[in-house]
Amino acid sequence: MGVTRFPARAEGLADRMTGFIAHLRLNGMKLGPGETADALVVLGAVNATDPAEARLALKSLIVPDAEGWRHFDELFDAYWYNGGKTRTGTANAHVRVQSARPRLWQGHLDAPGGGGDGDGESTPGQGEGEAEGIDGRLIATRTDNLHKRDLRELMDEDSRHAAERAALDLARAIRDRRSRRRRQARRGAALDLRRTLRASLARGGEPIDLFRKQRPDRPMRIVALCDVSGSMQPYARVFLAFVKGLIDADTTADAYLFHTRLMRVTGALRDHDTLRAAGRLSLMAEGFGGGTDIGASLTAFADTCASRALTRRTVVLILSDGYCTGAPDNLARALSRIRRKAGRIVWLNPLLGWQDYAPIAAAMAAALPHLDAHLPANTIDALAALEPEFARL
Amino acid sequence: MTAGTHIALKEALGRIGYVADDSLAMALHLALSLGRPLLLEGPAGVGKTEVAKALTEHLGARLIRLQCYEGLDASHAIYEWNYQRQLLAIRADHASEEALFSDRFLLKRPLLEAITQHDPPVLLIDEIDRADEEFEAYLLEILSDFQITIPEIGTIAASARPVVILTANGTRDLSDALRRRCLYSYIDYPTRETELAILARRGPKLEARLARQIVGVVQALRREDLEKKPGIAEMLDWSAALAGLGINDLAEDRAAVQATLVCLLKTAADRDAAPAEVMDRIIGKVA
Repeated sequence: MGVTRFPARAEGLADRMTGFIAHLRLNGMKLGPGETADALVVLGAVNATDPAEARLALKSLIVPDAEGWRHFDELFDAYWYNGGKTRTGTANAHVRVQSARPRLWQGHLDAPGGGGDGDGESTPGQGEGEAEGIDGRLIATRTDNLHKRDLRELMDEDSRHAAERAALDLARAIRDRRSRRRRQARRGAALDLRRTLRASLARGGEPIDLFRKQRPDRPMRIVALCDVSGSMQPYARVFLAFVKGLIDADTTADAYLFHTRLMRVTGALRDHDTLRAAGRLSLMAEGFGGGTDIGASLTAFADTCASRALTRRTVVLILSDGYCTGAPDNLARALSRIRRKAGRIVWLNPLLGWQDYAPIAAAMAAALPHLDAHLPANTIDALAALEPEFARL
Repeated sequence: MTAGTHIALKEALGRIGYVADDSLAMALHLALSLGRPLLLEGPAGVGKTEVAKALTEHLGARLIRLQCYEGLDASHAIYEWNYQRQLLAIRADHASEEALFSDRFLLKRPLLEAITQHDPPVLLIDEIDRADEEFEAYLLEILSDFQITIPEIGTIAASARPVVILTANGTRDLSDALRRRCLYSYIDYPTRETELAILARRGPKLEARLARQIVGVVQALRREDLEKKPGIAEMLDWSAALAGLGINDLAEDRAAVQATLVCLLKTAADRDAAPAEVMDRIIGKVA
């Protein structure tokens, strides 16, 4: 590897370090001027003339998370060694900028399971010109538009993020149920004066035994069942991001996918890399062909997982369009069984947002009596607007 | 500063029995020389907590540990007033207000304890991602300025700067503010050579061939699609179990090996994912 030849104006370590930090910032790391100063301090603490040491030192200072840990070496080589690996870094910056645009003309970037790290463009150089974003202002005016479009048309990063954010808010709205009453508790914020005084009688009026009280948390758990059959394919990505958001917000939440079979995906969804998780899941989902049997899937759920997953404080979220090849009776029976164990069942239906949709499909008609709510979910706004609905449940 | 100080640290830790790789040694070296907290991330069972213990031993310092959990609050992490003693003091010697809110009635919890020590201790904040966001915000003041504000007394500044090590394994994403204040190191599952070295230092006395087999099997299992991948602690447990049973070759006594898998695979689903046939294949490959 050849060492980078810096332009004559970049004199001294400080200048180059500033350039390095700027290079990292372009590649998506959140770094301020403070880090530049720290980087120079760090180099003072090690033998800065040894590249390997300098690399390790800067790595532990600058990298914020596991994702950055994996990419740092490439970025380091790209800057200091003029390495042939420049593209990996710049590809990231490139995607970040472009992702804000509607991708109508970028079908090739939407390849399923597309782990956008690495196999992107091979633009050489620092890519500063592109990152500036000539049409940066256009982006802002478009975003509002994007939110109102049917989810089928959007599968880019931003909509995934928006869906995840909506899910986070929703999960918070459901989870933070606090009781108004205060109960006696071993470790609580407030003293329970009444009990403390009563107990003090036994000690001759000295309040030695302190009792405390606190508002008991009554968290609602979320169990999400997401339909990934052929008819739901257009929505699957955004819904998966939504489900991932639910899972991330709450360590007790549980998630399943189904089409003709049911599988538990809580573990896969806890993967930190959204893109990789989505890719992994769509692969899992595609392996089983197109049909849906909601009834059989829910029966399987009620048979196997329900005893563990459901309590009276559980909200069961079903994300499905209700097109089902199985017998509607089956579905009704499964739902009523789940109903008996769970607190609430909410059906989020992407078709419900359409103008002339009526739930006349046999399966949907059979399911309706068992649901606490049947809500539309065809746009991100609709997903975000669910929050007040859930607060009421 | 002299060259390769992190190498010296790495060797010192090695003598204590902790096998660190270069990047971890560098991170520890920087944490010590710059006085900044160090955030360690990585899968469960790769020895994140063990780092703090080894470092404590190396420094000859005191280890103060704060185990985080959901609902951890200031009164359990920082300080609390000893109400009973205060009440007694009021009754017995009609103590004044200043006297009531003094050191005598202060119950020090780990964080306050850590910054009021004479000699710098090692403060281990374990599984910080289990605590809630509010607590993380509390930590920011302590980690950047090493001081704690108690309304009734005032601000207590650290008498000796503790070496702070935080660990996390991804229950929840940590805030950028916290990450920015910390040095960072990601500890992954060890490579084959490192794991052999760990087994040699920490495990029972084994023949070289059996040690290679054990490490080979564990490494192969980590590549399988398991819910809970076996960590280093599991590997050591397993080697101890095998040594206890007097097994000298994994390929010889297959039934016993299958029975001892309870040391490695800790969920029902994982047990099912590694039936005898799969184990046969793996052992056949490493033997």
